[in-house]
Amino acid sequence: MKHAFPILGVLTALLLSYALYGALIKAPTEQTMGDVQRIFYYHVPSAWTAFILFFINFGASVVYLIKRRPAADIVALVSAEVGVVFCTVVLITGPIWARPVWGIWWTWDMRLTSTLVLWLIYVSYLFLRRFSSSGQTPLLAAALAVLGALCVPFVYFSIWFFRTQHPQPVMGGGGSIDPRMLHVLLINWLAFSCFAFLVCWSRYRLEKLQRDVDQAHALESLLDPRGSVR
Amino acid sequence: MKMSGNPYLFAAYAVTWIIHIVYLSTIVSRYSRLKREIEELKKPGVRS
Repeated sequence: MKHAFPILGVLTALLLSYALYGALIKAPTEQTMGDVQRIFYYHVPSAWTAFILFFINFGASVVYLIKRRPAADIVALVSAEVGVVFCTVVLITGPIWARPVWGIWWTWDMRLTSTLVLWLIYVSYLFLRRFSSSGQTPLLAAALAVLGALCVPFVYFSIWFFRTQHPQPVMGGGGSIDPRMLHVLLINWLAFSCFAFLVCWSRYRLEKLQRDVDQAHALESLLDPRGSVR
Repeated sequence: MKMSGNPYLFAAYAVTWIIHIVYLSTIVSRYSRLKREIEELKKPGVRS
């Protein structure tokens, strides 16, 4: 178990390198968009990873609301934070791809707007966690997370229900994709999922340590006869 | 495929890794700050 993290780290680095090779060299060039279409191999896996992390945040928040387990609260916080990082990647790589293909950086269509709203919800969640000092913060954050999670399926299915400039989904959208492209896409998704898992793991350990230190500080100030806090 | 020939592709990949590296560096700096705090807590008789 002690060596699990470095071993997983090395494997993930190898997988990410192979995924990058696949995205830039192995995958065939798309006929209409050319090389710029390769942004797809970073944009789409980042979006899927963000969605999964937001669902983990939802599950952990529900567990916290029911059982009040601190570990569930930490999982919720960590998954939201890493999810926001991946969602930021989606919101930046999307416009970079859109500019040469659509001729514009951004359009207020349903997919793009709902993704921005989703990002804002989870950024608000993180602000709430960071700046509220109330003892009820984890509870309020868990309630916000449950509401935020409702937005995730809306973002995913928005391109089915509304007319939008955004392309149809790769999976289950009725379109077709070259098997070599699909292979590279799935490799990139696997690589980014492993990377997200490792980051979440590190962040979980950090948060747990932070809480232990905060508890030690609180105990120390209680035991101090002068009651002074540095 | 020449990445330098497509500035948009290069920008998208570079931005992705810059975001991840910046986030990872915040985790590392928070971890080292916490380690210093733990060392301080372990010092005997600091407050006496």
